[in-house]
Amino acid sequence: MNKWTRRGFITAGVLTTGALVVGVAIRPGHRAPKLAGMVADGEGEVLVNTWVKIDADNLVTAIAPHSEMGQGAPTALTQMLADEMDADWEKIAYQEAPAHEDFANYALAREFIAGDMSIPRFLDDTVDGVFLNLAKSDLVGQITGGSTSIRLTGQRGMRIAGAAAREMIVKAAAKTWKVPARELRTENSQVFHDGSGQSGRYADFAEEAAKHMPPSQPKLKAVSEYQIMGKPKQRFDIPSKVDGTAMFGIDVDLPDMKYAAVMGAPVIGSTVKTVDASTAETMPGVVKIVKKDHFVAVVADGYWQAQQAIHALNVTFDEGEAGARDQDGIYERFRTAMTEAVDQGKEKEDISHGNARKAAKSAARTFEAEYSVPFLAHAAMEPLNATVRIDGKTAEVWTGTQNPLLTRNAVAEAIGFKTADVAVHNQFLGGGFGRRANPDYSIMAAQIALDCGFPVKMIWSREEDTQQDWYRLASVSRFKVGLDDEGMPVSWEQQYVDKHDPPEAAHPIYNLDNAFVHYIESDHHMRFGAWRSVDHTQHGFYIESAIDELAHEAGKDGYEYRRALLAGKPRHLAVLDAAAKAAGWGKTMPDGHGLGISIVESFGTLCAQVVEVDMTGSVPKVSHVYAAADPGFVVNPDGFTAQIESGVIYGLTAALYGEITIEAGRVMQSNFHDYEIVRMDEAPEIHVTLINSGAKLGGGGEPGTPPIAPALANAIFNATGKRLRTLPLAYQDTGSV
Amino acid sequence: MATLIVNGRREALDVDPNQPLLWALRENLKLTGTKFGCGIAQCGACTVHVDGQPVRSCSTPVAFADGKEITTIEGLKSADGTLHALQQAWIDNQVPQCGYCQSGQIMSAVALLESKPRPTDADIDTAMRGNICRCGMYSRIRKAIKEAALTLPVSAPDLTDVEGQPNE
Repeated sequence: MNKWTRRGFITAGVLTTGALVVGVAIRPGHRAPKLAGMVADGEGEVLVNTWVKIDADNLVTAIAPHSEMGQGAPTALTQMLADEMDADWEKIAYQEAPAHEDFANYALAREFIAGDMSIPRFLDDTVDGVFLNLAKSDLVGQITGGSTSIRLTGQRGMRIAGAAAREMIVKAAAKTWKVPARELRTENSQVFHDGSGQSGRYADFAEEAAKHMPPSQPKLKAVSEYQIMGKPKQRFDIPSKVDGTAMFGIDVDLPDMKYAAVMGAPVIGSTVKTVDASTAETMPGVVKIVKKDHFVAVVADGYWQAQQAIHALNVTFDEGEAGARDQDGIYERFRTAMTEAVDQGKEKEDISHGNARKAAKSAARTFEAEYSVPFLAHAAMEPLNATVRIDGKTAEVWTGTQNPLLTRNAVAEAIGFKTADVAVHNQFLGGGFGRRANPDYSIMAAQIALDCGFPVKMIWSREEDTQQDWYRLASVSRFKVGLDDEGMPVSWEQQYVDKHDPPEAAHPIYNLDNAFVHYIESDHHMRFGAWRSVDHTQHGFYIESAIDELAHEAGKDGYEYRRALLAGKPRHLAVLDAAAKAAGWGKTMPDGHGLGISIVESFGTLCAQVVEVDMTGSVPKVSHVYAAADPGFVVNPDGFTAQIESGVIYGLTAALYGEITIEAGRVMQSNFHDYEIVRMDEAPEIHVTLINSGAKLGGGGEPGTPPIAPALANAIFNATGKRLRTLPLAYQDTGSV
Repeated sequence: MATLIVNGRREALDVDPNQPLLWALRENLKLTGTKFGCGIAQCGACTVHVDGQPVRSCSTPVAFADGKEITTIEGLKSADGTLHALQQAWIDNQVPQCGYCQSGQIMSAVALLESKPRPTDADIDTAMRGNICRCGMYSRIRKAIKEAALTLPVSAPDLTDVEGQPNE
């Protein structure tokens, strides 16, 4: 982690610190005055570095473009900065960077577009140039998603900024005291010269430090030198979340504000035809009815009044062909298109190595299976909402978003304002899970506010939230695996529907000589959204179910079979072994109980899970989950553990209950009574083992989610002998005993 | 006109008596710690106490609360600002993630400990199953409730099973 090469600096420098963006030595009136003015809000503050602020009281503030949605990244990012900087943890704060182009998160853009692709050195500048532009476009930008905060902003931004800031302060102190820099040491945001007995606070040298160019290669600490990274730290945001003071988007209150309830087109993508508001407009408190292409809003003095009135509207929509679609038809079209693609040689290649089809011909036998997953809504606890005030030619948006910069650009475009005239005030997110990476709800609120001329808080009902989502898409996957006499795969072919992110989600982690993975694209009207771990949600289920079936075909234990296919991959084996060991894999289970195992690599983190299931009741009861994860290095162990726990429960809800179905083009589920969520009495005990392998840092927010569904399906098979190839599991004949 | 005693303060409200208590608290009284989650008493994010009993304020008309004592998350600290034992346990165990459901979780947990000062796992299941946590922090909530219980004196009478349960 301390291999900090010149080349690495140039790349990361452009990506995260990128001179113009970070302008390491900025302060008011210097280099990037506009940016400095946005962050430095008090007298006597000097910006030593974009990513860190030291004020006159010696309070160190870490600044990064990541929002708090419960994942704790702000605290962990601050740990990374503080450690490299030798900052005083008792006098430290975090500030989310404002939605401003200069904070665009280049590293994320690069990671998402390039995936694991290695970029030739001579292209660095060119590629960075491309990503620089991409990050400034509407496509990508300042986003909290892709489990990237720590591994990208943290590694390439925070640590470097902290180390650079420290070096600059040391240099400034050396100059001031006229002593060699090497004789100085730093601790708790202070510089010491033991020889002369002098000491000073970082703040004392901030102004002098800001006059110097930052070091091109700040020296990062070795793991053995970490003081703050790797230690559990309490999250900054938690105290405000136990006494009602935390401000979520929905809590924003402006003078003269009215409230809007909305009704989106029930068949997503269709348009509003007619609106009969004759009853609604006479109802108490109703101020205005707003009709737009894809939705209708009622604005009233209070939200409840707006809600009452929206139910009194009579609205018709142009639904088109999509209004005739239903769930079975959608799956049927998938299957027909999948067969056609193979028959006509029109497979879209995802990955291919060796020759799977040729190798299949010499296989001793062939395993074939088809799996499927349904549409899923995000169902964050805080229904989507945004508050917008438009004053002449400027607009302000208060909301909780994973992508403030995109929100800013999208709102500006939607209401015909200049981007510079739109401000986004990001609030706490009452759950993100990928849903709040999309700016659609802020756009709607802005359109309503533009029509009204007074500030409007738009709140979606839970029903709207469920039915107007950007969904984890339904998908079907088919496997054809050729096996040798021992039951080991000699060819691996997987076909699936729709490829989104991340690009490697369907690439098997196992040693397979001949693999061909291909896909088709769907043609339905349901819109895709990133859903916690994105494509890994379905591919984790497909691949880890198939591998388990292969083990059974071969008459082998699922854990041992995986180990055999992971030979030569010590990180994978260590994670798999840790989960198996914690669970006591191989122990005798009572009748109707079973263990199931899986391992998924996502966002650079390996996560294996063993599920212990009790099938003696009416629905599968998961009593224990034993998870092991290796993200390379864990910055905040308690925070990371909490993320794995959260990922497990989020994935368990989907595995047991998660299902959005379509009839007449509409989403049939509406609220928590028919879109069920795992509750206290169903929540398993979760045991988490963390492994610091020292590998390149992986993410934390998402990797806990993909392994749970296949581990549960595998456990059900081991308990009952019934193989379930489609999700969700709770409503099927699970072979309960 | 309805009169509520909210966190010890007398509040006169000129609102439709059918309006849910949730919106009266959030919009009329600006007590935004109580959250809107589902609107149909399915998620528990809006849980407050009415005369000591946990209710889902999204489905409780203001008329029902007229003349009654309401406690919200904002009213849980003691007068000197000391956190309730459950609030402290929530911090000690780093329970919240996004935090949106936690006001409701804590209010349900307070009601549980008031009726059952030493709750069993089954008691916790029953009392807390009406509160959804989408971030899935159930095991931390359970642990925090048990920890907080140990810091509280067993003074309240152990009421019957019926009382102290949240309405669904």
